[in-house]
Amino acid sequence: MSGKPKLHYFNGRGRMESIRWLLAAAGVEFEECFLETRDDLLKLLKSGALLFQQVPMVEIDGIKMVQTRAIGNYIAAKYNLYGKDLKERALIDMYVEAIIDLDELFMSHPFQPADKKEQHLANIVDKATNRHFPVYEKVLKDHGQDFLVGNQLSRADVQLLEALLMAEECKPDILAKFPLLQSFKARISNVPTIKKFLQPGSQRKPPPQEKDLPKVLKIFN
Amino acid sequence: ILDGSLMFQQLPLVEIDGMKMVQTRAILSYIAGKYNLYGKDLKERAFIDMYVEGITDLMHMIMMFPFSPPEAKEKNLALIMERATHRYFPVFEKALKQHGQDFLVGNRVSWADVQLIEAILAVEEKTPAVLLGFPQLQAFKTRMSNMPAIKKFLQPGSPRKPPPDDHYVATVLKVLTD
Repeated sequence: MSGKPKLHYFNGRGRMESIRWLLAAAGVEFEECFLETRDDLLKLLKSGALLFQQVPMVEIDGIKMVQTRAIGNYIAAKYNLYGKDLKERALIDMYVEAIIDLDELFMSHPFQPADKKEQHLANIVDKATNRHFPVYEKVLKDHGQDFLVGNQLSRADVQLLEALLMAEECKPDILAKFPLLQSFKARISNVPTIKKFLQPGSQRKPPPQEKDLPKVLKIFN
Repeated sequence: ILDGSLMFQQLPLVEIDGMKMVQTRAILSYIAGKYNLYGKDLKERAFIDMYVEGITDLMHMIMMFPFSPPEAKEKNLALIMERATHRYFPVFEKALKQHGQDFLVGNRVSWADVQLIEAILAVEEKTPAVLLGFPQLQAFKTRMSNMPAIKKFLQPGSPRKPPPDDHYVATVLKVLTD
């Protein structure tokens, strides 16, 4: 039995991807157990391993953790990516929660029906460029530091980078009006652990494809 | 929105300790951390977080219920009851039974206990007999309701808000939509 965290999810981004990013940024090696069929999920359910009958589930330090945010909180705190005190945590939490809202929009885009796709994209771009990105651009401008909170790498930086890259997958020039976010993106991408995760062959998952949808639905329905 | 107080142009907003905090979970985490309702170490936090997140999923269904279209209401109510009695309540019933303690985590009151009592009362508003199969939760509900600070909050005249009614729904829609 290895001491590495073990991730249970399907072989795709979904709600597990931000966990993969955090573990990778922290330099923690992890194993993955992919759900390929509905039987795989049923087996996991029957074993009682899923507290609320749902995945993601991560076996870590002897606990079968569920609930994406709970897992993220644990990893961030354990590996020092959660600020140095309550107030830094508060800022990190505010930024991360908003990023999660934005991620949900990006994640659902490939699965929009063809006639809704264009409007959905317009909505994402509007939210990203009018509600979210200006906040982080201003934060970086106001303190002039390399990282969002507390002058050191935190979960907020990792999750923001993840979101920026997903945004560019939807619209390549989406960062055109955000010079500080562009340099942030370059800087954080060069953090050694993150650089490694961004290379081919890592456990980072590719963007979701419409053709994968039937398989995923079959597992979860 | 115009005076820049809402970081992401959304409510809730809580002004606390010189910060204008937004994002419900961020606000709750801060309060829990500050007032010792978040366990004593990382592992207790992990359990509190898992329980809170599960309860939040259930509360979200209850929160959205008044806004569902009339034709979906019956189905949504059935789903809330199904989830409460088959997915969420059994977990907490079992946790309390297994360790035999008064509180969900770490033998003292935490954020998880407060969210659970809130959720139990919210579900009971929809189905009064919902705790019938859950003796541990019944005892938990009584115990929690008798804690002085909570007892005070449950009394008339406290800041606790009543169940949502049509007026509430109309106000929310008016404020939040163009």
